[in-house]
Amino acid sequence: MSEKRIKIVENILNANDQLAAENRARIDAAGVFSINLMASPGAGKTSFILATINALLDQDVKIGVIEGDTAPVTIDSDKISAAGMPAIQVNTGGQCHLDAVMINNALDEIGLDTIDLLIVENVGNLICPAAFRLGTHSNIVIASIPEGDDKPYKYPNIYRGLDVLIINKIDLLPYLDFDMDYFKQGIEMLNPGLQIFPVSCKSGEGIPTWLDWLETKIQ
Amino acid sequence: MHELSVTESVLEIACNHAKEAKARAVTDIHLVIGRLSSIVDESVQFYWDFVSKGTLCENAKLHFRREPAILLCLACNNKYELKDELIPCPKCGSPQVRVLSGDEFNLESIEIERL
Repeated sequence: MSEKRIKIVENILNANDQLAAENRARIDAAGVFSINLMASPGAGKTSFILATINALLDQDVKIGVIEGDTAPVTIDSDKISAAGMPAIQVNTGGQCHLDAVMINNALDEIGLDTIDLLIVENVGNLICPAAFRLGTHSNIVIASIPEGDDKPYKYPNIYRGLDVLIINKIDLLPYLDFDMDYFKQGIEMLNPGLQIFPVSCKSGEGIPTWLDWLETKIQ
Repeated sequence: MHELSVTESVLEIACNHAKEAKARAVTDIHLVIGRLSSIVDESVQFYWDFVSKGTLCENAKLHFRREPAILLCLACNNKYELKDELIPCPKCGSPQVRVLSGDEFNLESIEIERL
């Protein structure tokens, strides 16, 4: 009997990353722009998707949505369907995040050839989704004013590897002690130069600026 | 809790490499986890005992090496380690910093027994 040490040095989630790359190839082949939308529960992920859908209604942009939830509830996907866009509900069976396998399966159903933009609404959670790449083009986090300005300092991981940050519910700024400079300073420390869009899904403030960015991506 | 998915991934990678090396058993698995990667060692260990049962990795010991999160201050060139929460440069107070390390999330090596 001999003993041996084998050097590997492989990212633990390499299998997920490989499948994510496969997802990306499928999405690219269909000419679709894709977004992985992450946030804590209640930050306004579904509202943000609906605001985006409604703002683009007259532009002939077809948006497909993959809704991730930990339980078989269709509240979110029903709202998307009611707005006239195709939605696929993915039940993670209690898991705290979507992974590339779940997206791979959902891509079979969403009809990639029929849409221009794919939005994946991840499970509401600021910790776990950060680790699992899905194969989407942009990783986007929605922070919201009521969550407090200390989130980058307490949950640094989710703000690393992000492409865009949405700050939602800015209509509440006058009523809450949210120090925007302190919040943005934390973001800048973790992800220098990150594209940030402050918005209010309720009042519509800031949404046009977000759409300007989005429209450059879904030509 | 994404530790279960992580544990399953560790098992898959370790078993694949062990099979390739024609191992009889895997005795030790060495993981390198950066401070900025959120993972609870105890949870991985807890799941490990269940998921590794009946595999080449059954009874293998998991070793976690935590890599510190190191930041570089762009204002004064000070390198400092994050202990808990994110802080500006402790030397000059500048928030103009870059993360140098701490994102590691790797299976570094396994130790096997051969026939």
